[in-house]
Amino acid sequence: MKLLTLNFLTCARKTCKATAASFPLHCREVELEQVEMDPNPLFIKNMLPRLDWKAMKGLTQELGLPQLPNEAPSEEELQGADGEPTQVLNDLHTLLMETSVVSGKLVCGNCEYEYPVKDGIASFLLPSHMV
Amino acid sequence: MSRPEDLLPPDLFYNDTESRKYTTSSRIKSIQASMTHRALELLDLKEPSFILDAGCGSGLSGEILSSIPDVEGGPHTWVGMDISSSMLAQALQRDVEGDMMFADMGQGVPFRPGTFDAAISISAIQWLCNADSSDVSPEGRLKRFFDSLYASLRRGGRAVCQFYPKNPQQRAMISNAAIKAGFGAGILEDDPETKNVKLYLVLTVGGGDITGTVGGMQDVDVQDARRRGEKQKRGWEFDAHNRKGSKAWIQRKKGQMEGKGKVVKANSKYTGRKRRIVF
Repeated sequence: MKLLTLNFLTCARKTCKATAASFPLHCREVELEQVEMDPNPLFIKNMLPRLDWKAMKGLTQELGLPQLPNEAPSEEELQGADGEPTQVLNDLHTLLMETSVVSGKLVCGNCEYEYPVKDGIASFLLPSHMV
Repeated sequence: MSRPEDLLPPDLFYNDTESRKYTTSSRIKSIQASMTHRALELLDLKEPSFILDAGCGSGLSGEILSSIPDVEGGPHTWVGMDISSSMLAQALQRDVEGDMMFADMGQGVPFRPGTFDAAISISAIQWLCNADSSDVSPEGRLKRFFDSLYASLRRGGRAVCQFYPKNPQQRAMISNAAIKAGFGAGILEDDPETKNVKLYLVLTVGGGDITGTVGGMQDVDVQDARRRGEKQKRGWEFDAHNRKGSKAWIQRKKGQMEGKGKVVKANSKYTGRKRRIVF
């Protein structure tokens, strides 16, 4: 599961929907993996305004990844003067698209429910009494 | 032909053997591919997008999403969800590019508002019409799914769901659930009145007229239920004009009587007129 996807996932329980703590999910005992992917600058540019930068920063802290700047990079920073992708874009690509969670647990900040991740697949199936 | 939906719940029906059969059958593969391409055509994505694949199975449609060349607006990044663990295991073996989640659509789509540019679902949402335990109902599951899908799409986003309804009631139940959630909804029917009929539920989020989505396509007839409603209204107005005692009504009745061979007074300019008030 890419860190990009993790930046959008919330707790699946109905009772958690209204609370702010249901996003972001917190990582516990996670194992990370780097998967090579072709860069897609246009996609990153499209996703940038939708990213929750604060959650992204918190996530990198939890995972012990290199610190992110306080502010999200602007669109201009992604492309150099010659149209070539900049270092900022490459870093974002590595972080969002190539880094993925292989196994571990995702924990809701509100109800403390743990969603297990195995082989990169997170299980969001809730037992019927918790739906 | 028997429907798998009638046999077992999806997580049990798609066991290891069924999943392998489904994923390796070249016939199913080609049908899935053509339906995915049709859905993409309806989504009309111009730029690399973030797409939800509800009921992704072994990632047959996801594979196509990530292989769209950049001249056609790809490659897209997708997140899939499915309730069959065997199907997901097949997807892992095939090493697909998208992220996958083991989740039940009927429990909702657990993403924050405005996440996706588009959503796609191939041969999956009819499974929501099954309630496999006493504490859930098909209506409730459909509502949960469409409500959360509506929230998770960005404004102007589209969703295309190809589905196989069992009967017209199921078709109406699904499309009504989508409309209730707030979507602008339309159903595209490919090869109507044949055995291979394919239904695509096309949904837009705050995107105005749904018929615009098929505007650029050839061989598509638009049947607008709303417009039919308008015609009905006009018909009703016509009835009001034709109400009992009006000139048109009198003339119609006279014609009927004449047809029966009765003696009827000839029509004149005074027929059906009000008398002058004398006092």
